Amino acid sequence: MSNTMSFRSIALGSLAAVLMLAGPAVAQEHGAPKPPREEWSFAGPFGHFDRAQLQRGFQVFKEVCSSCHSAHLFAFRNLAQEGGPGFTEAQAKAVAEQYQIEDGPNDAGDMFERPGRLSDHWPSPFPNEQAARASNGGAYPPDFSTLAKARTYEVGFPGFLIDIVTQYQEQGPDYIHALLNGYHDEPPEGFTLPEGAHYNEFFPGHAIKMPKPLSDGQVTYSDGTPETVDQYSRDVISFMMWLSEPHLEARKRLGFQVMIFLIIFGGLLYFTKKKVWRNVEH
Amino acid sequence: MSGHATFEPKNPALKWFESRLPLVGLIHSSFIAYPTPRNLNYWWTFGGILSLMLVCQILTGVVLVMHYTPHATLAFDSVEHIMRDVSYGWLLRYMHANGASMFFIAVYIHMFRGLYYGSYKNPREVLWILGCIIYLLMMATGFMGYVLPWGQMSFWGATVITNLFSAIPVVGPTIVQWLWGGFSVDNATLNRFFSLHYLLPFMIAGVVVLHVWALHVVGQNNPTGVEPKSEKDTVPFTPYATIKDAFGMVCFLIFFSWFLFYIPNYLGHADNYIPANPLVTPAHIVPEWYYLPFYAMLRSVPDKLGGVLTMFGAIAVLFFVPWLDTSKVRSGAYRPLFKQFFWIWLAVCIGLGWLGSKPAEGGYVIAGRILTVWYFVHFLVILPLLGLFEKPKAVPASITEAVLGKNKGAAPASTGAQAPQTKG
Ligand code: HEC
Ligand code: HEM
Repeated sequence: MSNTMSFRSIALGSLAAVLMLAGPAVAQEHGAPKPPREEWSFAGPFGHFDRAQLQRGFQVFKEVCSSCHSAHLFAFRNLAQEGGPGFTEAQAKAVAEQYQIEDGPNDAGDMFERPGRLSDHWPSPFPNEQAARASNGGAYPPDFSTLAKARTYEVGFPGFLIDIVTQYQEQGPDYIHALLNGYHDEPPEGFTLPEGAHYNEFFPGHAIKMPKPLSDGQVTYSDGTPETVDQYSRDVISFMMWLSEPHLEARKRLGFQVMIFLIIFGGLLYFTKKKVWRNVEH
Repeated sequence: MSGHATFEPKNPALKWFESRLPLVGLIHSSFIAYPTPRNLNYWWTFGGILSLMLVCQILTGVVLVMHYTPHATLAFDSVEHIMRDVSYGWLLRYMHANGASMFFIAVYIHMFRGLYYGSYKNPREVLWILGCIIYLLMMATGFMGYVLPWGQMSFWGATVITNLFSAIPVVGPTIVQWLWGGFSVDNATLNRFFSLHYLLPFMIAGVVVLHVWALHVVGQNNPTGVEPKSEKDTVPFTPYATIKDAFGMVCFLIFFSWFLFYIPNYLGHADNYIPANPLVTPAHIVPEWYYLPFYAMLRSVPDKLGGVLTMFGAIAVLFFVPWLDTSKVRSGAYRPLFKQFFWIWLAVCIGLGWLGSKPAEGGYVIAGRILTVWYFVHFLVILPLLGLFEKPKAVPASITEAVLGKNKGAAPASTGAQAPQTKG
């Protein structure tokens, strides 16, 4: 599991980095298995988000994850933004108003609280990192703003080359899906779980400070979607992916148009080139 | 630029201007009338592609700067602001980030082309060296650019690379402090890297002008390595090279777009979506892919100073290739042994790149050492000796002969010979 912050060793400034050059300063990864590849609506050249799924994912985030995880780049207005969960502006406003946001100072110089507005950002559950760590056994619940893009796993050779052709970019979602569904009630024999940690098959090092966040039936869906951990995780991960890449749909759409243009233009150039060079042996 | 100027303006205003500054004449002689060998293959379109990528990087970069904030506490979020809130900001940012990789893919192909066809040999030594300088500047620019989003890999990459200078005896630590502007990579470092990241591309553009100037003095090499001997051997740049370059560019843009629109984070590191944190070291610190072969060399030498010298030596040796290659024959196409060694060397470079992405331990280190040694042996031993011992194949008398020989019977010789004169 490369690229994960598994080894939260406190580096002695730059020294650790220098040591890294000298040799294997980084401990060999604990053999966390490769996460299985899942189906995602946003994968592939025509990938797009499922509005209903984003709305359910938002619900899971709001009711479960957001009690520990922040999402400081997420603004209420994003909920009504094109390519997102498809809430109306009124609905987004209603969500914002459920939250009290600190504002100020007012004319008297005092900070005050007021109901949220569309332009406000999602309020963080803790005032700072230290407070978050203090409440979570010393671990910091990472911010959700870019989290779905900030996790990966090593694909290896030749898979990493095939991924170019198949456009596989869902390492983050696949890993998080495996993580959320990878809790074991008991660690395997011989594994000593540190105090306050939980055993997770896919977390690098297996000892994660996040308690199993989801269980069946925990969140009530109004549209009849199954209320299982697997479904919750898919929904919340789609939401996280949208949060990390809010213009994913626009990107893929524009990409297709550009591709069509370039292929036609390239074809015309090819035949023009053939015509220009027709009498020149080369 | 070297005086093929046959441009005679008819328009009186233009005539007036041209007699004072022959600008249009310069453009005409450089990109219209300029004679290019008729047998150039598509590997020769990468020069144009590189120019396109430089322009693309500068344009996207200048607009990014309008929204970017170079401060340790704001940089990460300002890049995310570009990705989220700026109109088509995601496009600009992904174009710039992937464009840098495309720029390097193009420059590597361009350099391998030069090495295969002997484009560095007399009289193109200065042209080659200018190219090596551009490559060095690109490496510096790319490195500093990667620091700007101030993610985990930005921060730790910057820490590792700047620390290399501490290997220099006596003054090393002082130099590192001077580079940092403090006692660790911090806001001061980010600010100076930002300043230099803005500056260096314009220096690159300057060296590109010299590179093209040198090119137009000595003329292009070609797959046969035989210099054009008569007008028959060349065609005017426009329309022949223009249309071919344009087609090459569009094909390259399709490749670029594949990454840009569909897998824009493939060439980056997931860790760079985690804001920089001096207290948390990533499990693996890996530089951008285009530095990986050098990173592998750095780590295969057990001594730090030795590693740094090896790494810089690997680039420095490129500057001396014109004199290390002793062969009388220019193009690799007529050098059966060289050809094999060239492909072996290319495989060695790719192997080093792969090893650079692996942890420096066990078999990886041993393999890294073997390949590093081979890299240098290729330049320092094989190239000089090959020229002395290799028996080259017969080289054609002229480009035209080579071309017509290849397509024997496909067309009467006279067609090929006359066509270049018919413009348009
Ligand atoms: C009780 C607080 C809490 C809740 C609720 C919670 N998390 Fe976490 N989460 C944490 C903590 C603490 C960590 C850091 C774990 C560590 O580093 O050991 C974490 C880490 C994570 C990680 C990163 C794992 C890694 O590889 O570094 C993901 C992904 C994640 N949580 C997703 C979720 C999702 C999705 C939800 C909602 C369904 C959720 N969390 C709910 C506390 C929480
Ligand atoms: C030789 C041409 C250039 C190369 C190779 C290059 C390379 C890079 C790279 C690799 C990054 C990091 C991308 C990322 O991961 O986000 C970057 C970022 C950046 N570059 Fe450049 N760059 C070039 C020219 C320029 C120019 C001319 C400017 C401005 C005038 C510029 C401004 C920026 C800015 C503001 C960023 C930070 C935003 C971001 O990270 O996307 N660049 N550059």
